[in-house]
Amino acid sequence: MMKRTALYEQHIKLNAKMVEFAGYEMPVQYSTIKEEHHAVRHKAGVFDVSHMGEIRAVGPEATEFMDYVFTNSVHSARANQVVYGFLTQEDGGVVDDFLAYKINERNYWLVVNAANKDKDYAWLLKHAVDFDVEIIDESNRYSEIALQGPLAETMLQMHTTYDLSSMKPFTFDEITLDDAGFTVSRTGYTGEDGFEIYGNHDDIKLLFKHLLVDHDDLIPCGLGARDTLRYEVALPLYGHEISETITPLEAGYKFAVDFNKPSFIGREALIKQKEVGLTRRIVGLEIKDKGIARDGAEVFKDETKIGHVTTGYMSPSMGKALALALIDKPYDKRGTAVSIKVRKRMLEAEVIKKKLLQK
Amino acid sequence: MNTPKELYYNKTHEWVKVENGTALIGITDFAQSELGEVVFVELPEENDEIKAGEEFAAIESVKAASDLIAPISGVIVKINEELEDSPELINEDPYANWIIKVEIEDKQELEALLSSEDYDKLSE
Repeated sequence: MMKRTALYEQHIKLNAKMVEFAGYEMPVQYSTIKEEHHAVRHKAGVFDVSHMGEIRAVGPEATEFMDYVFTNSVHSARANQVVYGFLTQEDGGVVDDFLAYKINERNYWLVVNAANKDKDYAWLLKHAVDFDVEIIDESNRYSEIALQGPLAETMLQMHTTYDLSSMKPFTFDEITLDDAGFTVSRTGYTGEDGFEIYGNHDDIKLLFKHLLVDHDDLIPCGLGARDTLRYEVALPLYGHEISETITPLEAGYKFAVDFNKPSFIGREALIKQKEVGLTRRIVGLEIKDKGIARDGAEVFKDETKIGHVTTGYMSPSMGKALALALIDKPYDKRGTAVSIKVRKRMLEAEVIKKKLLQK
Repeated sequence: MNTPKELYYNKTHEWVKVENGTALIGITDFAQSELGEVVFVELPEENDEIKAGEEFAAIESVKAASDLIAPISGVIVKINEELEDSPELINEDPYANWIIKVEIEDKQELEALLSSEDYDKLSE
């Protein structure tokens, strides 16, 4: 039996096309992926992301624990800061990537990928035995929506007396919106300004409804546009640009790995990878021939396989077939001509910056 | 969904329109609606032979690529080149915008296809 979010009835009323994702029945699109994509780039869109997992790490040694399991450092973060990073294995492969909300030195709230939630919870529990910290899966307590796009702040401001212009990216606060309390962070997964809003199920249901009724420029957006938006700005998706076998360094996320920390799981392997030098990394590809390279398509230089596509679409913002791909050195240099096998054809492509969106 | 009575249908959502010994083949309204916005059609070449049950082209929506399965066998006499530059025509009118025109090899194969009523039942 598939799980449903608190917004399920509203999705059906809004005529969403529903699909299975990580055990949940989720909206993939309401109108068209293109329309929803452009709404977020130019105006605003609202997403139901209630499937995301929420795990709390709380206790006297919560900071030490987080610094040990997480690649980024939380000890140097202030309260109300959001820190992006990875849980890594001993070999540097990724267990999951997520945002850690620092409530205080003893209390962290982790918003994890739905598909990895159970795995993360087990991993955290296993490593928590050496620390005075409690790990609590709170996923069923919260619903979450993401309001994203250049108009997000103006829209949300109409629902609160809190001065949202004072909220910096990667920070959060407890905020009253339409008379109910929410946790709101200035974060997102689209490359645009915006907010992620967490609350109890009934409050999120009402807020989602009010936002759509009150703002003519706002449309609901599904997982389809969420994926095209994040890929254009090279935000990694677990299982594609990062995985148990693709490290944060290969994905280009060195800034979220703090080697100054004396120890964290995976540190030795990642230091070694950095010192020896990467053998492959995530790059962008522009497909010159007609056709679209999708996730899994093999990439060649002459007869030699040099990598594979990790995400590929006809980019809605750029109007071209662009892809993210994991490519062996030295073919990762910008301007390198490669070819991609798509069904029976070989498509000519060129290595470009991994941030595909050029404004 | 729109399912014209005079056409034959494949379970895999292609339609066949017979016109004096040749057949136009396209995808159904149900198929285009399921796919969403078509962004690319990978066409075969004229004089290629297609075989019933085997793929003959691919259609790409924003989301994913899907193979098109030949409802009948025959030689391709014409491809709809307009789709190369305007793949969205498939969404606008999936029945006017055929994909290939085929010289029918074996009329018996048409009998194995579905009527509009049967197809509607299938895609309900």
